Amino acid sequence: MRELKILAVVVFFTLVTYWGVEPFAHSQMHKHVEGHGFTYNGEADIKEAEAGVVKAKESGSKEAEAQAKVEAKKSFWADVEKIAQLQGNAANGEAAFATCLGCHNGSGVNMGGVIPPNLDHAGVLYDKNYLIALIKDPAMASNVDHKYEDTMTHPMGSIKTMVTDDQQIADIVAYMQEKMAGEVTSKQAFDEACARCHAMRYAKTTQLGDTPTFKYEKDALAHKIKVIEEQEMVKAYMGKLPPDLSIMIRARSEHFMETFVENPQAQLPGTSMPRVGLSHEGYEKVKAYLEEVGDPSKPAREAIGPWVLLFFVVFTVLAYLWKKSQWKDLH
Amino acid sequence: MAKFEKANSVNEWLDQRLAVETLKRVLSTEYWIPKDINFLWAMGMVLAATFGVLLISGIFLLMYYKPDANLAFDSVNYVIMSEVGYGWLWRHIHGVGASVVFLIIYIHMFTGIYYGSYKKGRELIWLSGMLLFVAFSAEAFSGYMLPWGQMSYWAGMVITNLFSGGSLEAYGLVEWIRGDYVPGDAFLTRFFMLHVLLIPLVIIGLIVLHFGSLRIPHVNNQEGAEIDFEEAAELYKAGKKKESKVIPFNPVFLSKDVFVMGVYFILFFYLVFYHFNFAMDPVNFDPADGLMTPAHIYPEWYFLWSYEILRPFPKDPGLIAFGIAQAALFFLPFIDRSPNVAPAHKRGLFFVWFWVLIVDMIVLTVLGKLPPEGIFNTLGTVAAVIFLLLGPALIVITKFEKKL
Repeated sequence: MRELKILAVVVFFTLVTYWGVEPFAHSQMHKHVEGHGFTYNGEADIKEAEAGVVKAKESGSKEAEAQAKVEAKKSFWADVEKIAQLQGNAANGEAAFATCLGCHNGSGVNMGGVIPPNLDHAGVLYDKNYLIALIKDPAMASNVDHKYEDTMTHPMGSIKTMVTDDQQIADIVAYMQEKMAGEVTSKQAFDEACARCHAMRYAKTTQLGDTPTFKYEKDALAHKIKVIEEQEMVKAYMGKLPPDLSIMIRARSEHFMETFVENPQAQLPGTSMPRVGLSHEGYEKVKAYLEEVGDPSKPAREAIGPWVLLFFVVFTVLAYLWKKSQWKDLH
Repeated sequence: MAKFEKANSVNEWLDQRLAVETLKRVLSTEYWIPKDINFLWAMGMVLAATFGVLLISGIFLLMYYKPDANLAFDSVNYVIMSEVGYGWLWRHIHGVGASVVFLIIYIHMFTGIYYGSYKKGRELIWLSGMLLFVAFSAEAFSGYMLPWGQMSYWAGMVITNLFSGGSLEAYGLVEWIRGDYVPGDAFLTRFFMLHVLLIPLVIIGLIVLHFGSLRIPHVNNQEGAEIDFEEAAELYKAGKKKESKVIPFNPVFLSKDVFVMGVYFILFFYLVFYHFNFAMDPVNFDPADGLMTPAHIYPEWYFLWSYEILRPFPKDPGLIAFGIAQAALFFLPFIDRSPNVAPAHKRGLFFVWFWVLIVDMIVLTVLGKLPPEGIFNTLGTVAAVIFLLLGPALIVITKFEKKL
C-alpha cells in the first residue's frame, strides 16, 4: 500500500511537470488560429483586413486605405459567393478553358517567377469557391494582394481581363470539377499543389520535378544548373526560396500545418506564400505524401510497437513472480 | 609462480586465475542491502539500465552519423530515419532515453534528499552522484548539438555565450570554446568528440566511483535506521531471513529491481513508439540556419529550472544566480546541519522545506519554457528568489532540528 502511495506521488508530480512543459507551454507559445475545414469564404481575410483598420487607427496613418481594403475584401468574397450559386455548364467551360491552356500547358516554363501549375486534378485538389475566387482575382483569392500595387501584376493577374463574365467563371469551374477530377495519388497531389515552389530533397524532387538519374556527371551538373536557375527565379519572385518540405511534417504541429495551408497569412502575417486553396481531400493527399517522405517509419512503428510492449508486459509479469518467490520468506 | 592444480571445470579454472567465486560473493551474493526499502531504491539500477540502452542505441547511431555541418542534419533525418533498417528505432530510443534518464535522475536525487541518504558517511555517494548529474548534463547538451537543427544551433549559441561572463565580455573564451566566431564545423566536431568519447568515459568512471562510495556506508533504508550489517548478514546466512534486516543484492534485491525495470520499460517503449515528440523538439527538424533565430529558444525540459534562474534577473546577477544554482546542490551534505538520518516526514520543518523545493523546481521548470512576458516574468523572479533562499533556510531549519 505504501509503495502505491509513493508511486502515486511520483506519477502526480511527473504528470504536472509534463503538462506544464508540453501542452500548457505550447498553448502559451503559439497563438491560436481557428481552422475552417478547408472551405473558403473570405471570413479570415475580412477579419485580417479589419484588424488592419484597428492597427491603422492606433498608428494614425493610412486609415482610409485600410478601410478601403476591408470593403474590397467584402465585395470580392460576396461576388465569389454569388458566382458559386450559378449553375455552371461544363461543355461551355471546356471551350472557355482554352484561355487557360496558354499558360497551364505542362511545358514547365517559368512565367513571371513561377511555373504555372499542372491542373490535371485541380477539380478534386482545390475547393470550388477557391477556384472561382482565383479566376476572378488570383491575388485576392490567395490572400497575397498586399504584395501588389495593382493585382493585375500578379503572374496570373491578366486572367481578370480574359475571363470577365461571371457565368463563364462558373462554367470553367464546373468543367474542372467534372473533367479534371479522378483518382489522384498523394505524390501527384504534392507535385501539382506544392512542388513548383517547394523542393523535397529526401524524395529527390526539385522545383523542376523529379530529378532523373544521369549516366554522365556533366549531364547531372547541367541539370543542377537548370534547377538553380529556376530556384533563383522563384526566389526573386517570392523574396526567399520557399523551404524544402522533406521533413516539414515533423517540424510543425498538425494544427499549424492545417491552418497554415488554409491561410498562410494567419500563421505568418505578411508571408509571400499564397493560399493554395486545397480542398479537405486535397490536403489529406498532400499530408499523406509529406508523411510518406518525412516520417516513413510510421507504419513500422505501428506494426512493431504492440509486440514490444507485449514483450515487456510478459517480462514484467515473470519478473513479478520471481520477486514474489524471492521475497516470500523475508517477512 | 603460484602453484596451480588441475581444474575440474571451467568455473574452477577461472576461479584459480581470476577468483571469480570471491568476486561473485563480494559483489553480488553477499553484497548486503537493507530489507526495509521501497521501489525508489530500484532507481539506481533503472538508471544503469537506461544508460546501457543509451550506450547501445548510440553505438548503432554512431555507425551512420556524419559529424560535418553540411552532412549531419541529413545523415540523421534521412540516412538514419529512411535508409538504415530500424535506424528510426535506434534514434527514437536514443532521443526518448536521453529525456527519460533525467526524469529518473531527478527521482533518484529527490529520493536521496527525502531519506537523508547524503549524511553521516554517505557524503561521497551524494558528491559522486552530483558529478554524474553534471556529466550527464554535458552529455545531453553535446548530444543535442549533433542533429544540427535550428535548436541545436541556437542552444549552442546561447549556452556557449554564457561563458562570456556577462560584463566580463570574455568573448575570446567563447570563441575558444566554439573554435569559431559562431557555431560551425569546428564546433560540431568537437562536441561530437565530447559526446561519443570523452564524456562517456568520464560517466563510466564516475559510475564506478558512485558504486564504490556505497560500499562502506551501505545503502540507506526507509527509516534511516543504523544497521549492523555484519550481524544481520550472519543472521541471514544462518537461515533466519525473517529476523535479519538485510538481503543479498543477488538474487533478492535484484529480483525487485528487475520487476521495477519491467514496469519502467513498458512506459519507456510506450514513449518510444507512440509519444516521442516531447523528447524530439519539432523546431530541431528545421536545419540549422545562422540567419534565422527561432521565435522561442528554450532548452530541453530537464535544464529549464536552471535556465529560469538565469532569465528573470539582469545580466550579471542572473549569471551569478545561475552559477549558485548549479553548485548549490553539491553542498547539501554540508549545509544540512541536523544529525538525523531519517525520512523527511519525521524531520519537522525539513519536510516542509523538501516539498517547497519540489514545487519550486517544477514551477521554475514550467516557467523556463514559457515566454518571459507579463505575469510569467514576475512568477519567474519570485520562484528564482525562493530557490536561492532555500539554501540559507536549510541551514537555519536543520540547525534547530530536534535530535530524534
